[in-house]
Amino acid sequence: MTETRKIIEREVLMNGTQAVANAAMYADVDVVAAYPIRPYTEVMDTISKLIADGELDAEFIVAEGEHGQFETVKHASLVGARTLVGSSGVGWLYAMEAIVVTATDRAPVVAIIGNRALDDPGAYGVEHNDAMMVRDVGWLLAWVDTAQEAFDTTLIAYRVGEDPRVLVPVGISMDGGFLTHSEQIVRLPPKELVKDFLPPYNRGKYLVHPDNPITVAPQVNEDWVMEIRRQHDEAVERARGVIVEAYESFKKVFGRYPGSTSEIEMPENPFVEPFMIDDAEIVLIGMGTVSKPMKVAIKKMRNQGYKVGMLRIRWFRPFPTQDVIKYLSQAKVVCVIDRDYSIGSPNRGGVIYHEIRSSLYDLDQRPKVLNFIGGLGGREITIQDVEKIIKIGYEHRDTPITKPVYWVGVRGDPW
Amino acid sequence: MVEKEIEEKVYKSIVKTIKDAPLEEFYTSGHRTCQGCESALVMRFLAKAAGPRTIVIGATGCMYVANTTYYTTSWIVPWVHTQLGGSGAAALGTAAALRALMRKGKIKQEPINVIAFCGDLGCADMGLSGVSNAMTYNYNLVIVLYDNESSANTDIQETSMTPYGAQTSFSRPGKQRRIMKVRWKKSVVPMIIAGHRNVKYAATMTPAYPLDSINKFRKALAIGGPTFIHSLDPCPKGWDYDPKFSHELGVLAVETGIWPLYEYINGEIVYNEPTKSIIEGRIKRKPVKEYLEKQGRFSHFTEEDVEYFQKMVDEMYEEWEIPAVMPIKSVNVKISDK
Ligand code: SF4
Repeated sequence: MTETRKIIEREVLMNGTQAVANAAMYADVDVVAAYPIRPYTEVMDTISKLIADGELDAEFIVAEGEHGQFETVKHASLVGARTLVGSSGVGWLYAMEAIVVTATDRAPVVAIIGNRALDDPGAYGVEHNDAMMVRDVGWLLAWVDTAQEAFDTTLIAYRVGEDPRVLVPVGISMDGGFLTHSEQIVRLPPKELVKDFLPPYNRGKYLVHPDNPITVAPQVNEDWVMEIRRQHDEAVERARGVIVEAYESFKKVFGRYPGSTSEIEMPENPFVEPFMIDDAEIVLIGMGTVSKPMKVAIKKMRNQGYKVGMLRIRWFRPFPTQDVIKYLSQAKVVCVIDRDYSIGSPNRGGVIYHEIRSSLYDLDQRPKVLNFIGGLGGREITIQDVEKIIKIGYEHRDTPITKPVYWVGVRGDPW
Repeated sequence: MVEKEIEEKVYKSIVKTIKDAPLEEFYTSGHRTCQGCESALVMRFLAKAAGPRTIVIGATGCMYVANTTYYTTSWIVPWVHTQLGGSGAAALGTAAALRALMRKGKIKQEPINVIAFCGDLGCADMGLSGVSNAMTYNYNLVIVLYDNESSANTDIQETSMTPYGAQTSFSRPGKQRRIMKVRWKKSVVPMIIAGHRNVKYAATMTPAYPLDSINKFRKALAIGGPTFIHSLDPCPKGWDYDPKFSHELGVLAVETGIWPLYEYINGEIVYNEPTKSIIEGRIKRKPVKEYLEKQGRFSHFTEEDVEYFQKMVDEMYEEWEIPAVMPIKSVNVKISDK
């Protein structure tokens, strides 16, 4: 007999950054380091108020820059504190040196990245290239789609990152403006249940404390770097299993699957969100809030007889290779929408596009892959844009691809 | 007047004679610093002064590269690396975390010393804004600038702390220009004390004076809050002299007046011997030539260069409002009076 308990959730209107701040409060963070840059900043505005109101007991450090901001939490984490940090765009890049060693020192800090275009030219709208800068250095990276998912994923991030099998920092990416600043109803579970889901942060034998006088990050030179890199990779690989456990446990403790609300039924897969995909010949792929125009366009086009579906990537690191294979191997054409771009890349396309192509390469029968670069710098990707993408995908069902990469709605460029 | 409470704290913390200094070492064998490295002594003194309930954070630099080779780390107390410009933020993060964890009952309540050190390149150049930020918060932490006047670990490059005219691999004298390092060395302690009201203790030191050095670490830890120590460390590799003269050069730097020894305690400047005697006119400063001529890095100096150097040092003592500390002149000399 499984015990059933009545879980009463509070419904509160908040945006994506406020959702993360509230989750960090639920997680009882000890040290927060802030430095302003739009659009992530509101998470820190919210935390500072929560501390001022006595709802959260934590040290709030205003850093002298993003580099200092990330060094602060790295060291706080090494002495056993649960931490929250974050940034956007070039701020995130300004911290990059500290961000890299946070991962190599295995400090499981949780960072929110309010995705923002990189300067120059100045723009504070969404673009995913900022967060992508850490894709190769051993961070876990999730892309969330709703404020609810932002809240839930933050709790999961602490649980997964701090797991002794993992000990790796986690970045939670969300679309600047579209999610950081748009308010939605978030269901907040009873706070008392959090301790059933999230154990206290325990670094064990890696804790820096006078009782445990270890040396952290000495120079190893050529003697050990290979082994250390591989251990790190293995930890990120182990995170796959730990992520699955965390999502299951979340459901058990809070009574719903992470990301789902009463309106949204979330398919039970931590890594991807499939939508109308079972019989789809054309599958759209994207990350973050682009799922909204995608879903609307898919429903519309389904009514017109197009067999189209969607796969939204939720965890970008570790990359959901198996899920991609599972959901895409039967498709005829895959249309990847990248809100990022990799200049000079093999096919002159986006990052996700290249990752998807790479994931599918070893299949005997692989779908064709098209790439659509869109929404850079915060430009909207409209429902009409997605409809057009679906039509282009459809045209390629039986014809070979001559032009693999399209730029969506660039001035003077009829696409 | 130094407040009574601080006076008591200081009195209790200090070591009266070198024989009373603790025997235990917390920075010990295993390091690979050069023979005659004075920065290694700074590490030894700070660890000895602080004792076992301490966390040391080290920024990239000689004292990282030479001291924490994997398997041969010389630290008995916990030690963590931070990035070249990270010492201020790292110390802040550590101190903040300890305070939160103790307040929330997640770890045992006890005093734990937080000491971060950085070389001149990391501290006075890249990391200066972070150090400054750390000095504005009221956490208990000490930041130590170990200053060998160059980026010694990367092949002796010029930093903003390299003395006027010294040769480095970024400032080599040539056929056209004899002096490539034309900037005068920054004064970091005055910058810290003038700009940060929270700082109750800051000091200069050089390991040629061991008791003075140990006590300065002791006082910084006892007085608490954000504190700062700037140490001048003769470096045989970078300064180009026989390692046996390391101590002698430290003493000469002080006796020529190039490196004054002083403390800032809660708003007051206290000079330490022999600088005190120099300031009070009991002993005369030795000519800077005695210091310069012993180092290969000044071997290209002409008489003119030495004179210029001497003039600049003389100015520090004769014209500055707080002799040898603050590079400002008396407000009594009004511009209109000229
Ligand atoms: S180069 Fe200078 S500071 Fe570095 S270890 Fe050698 S003597 Fe010490």
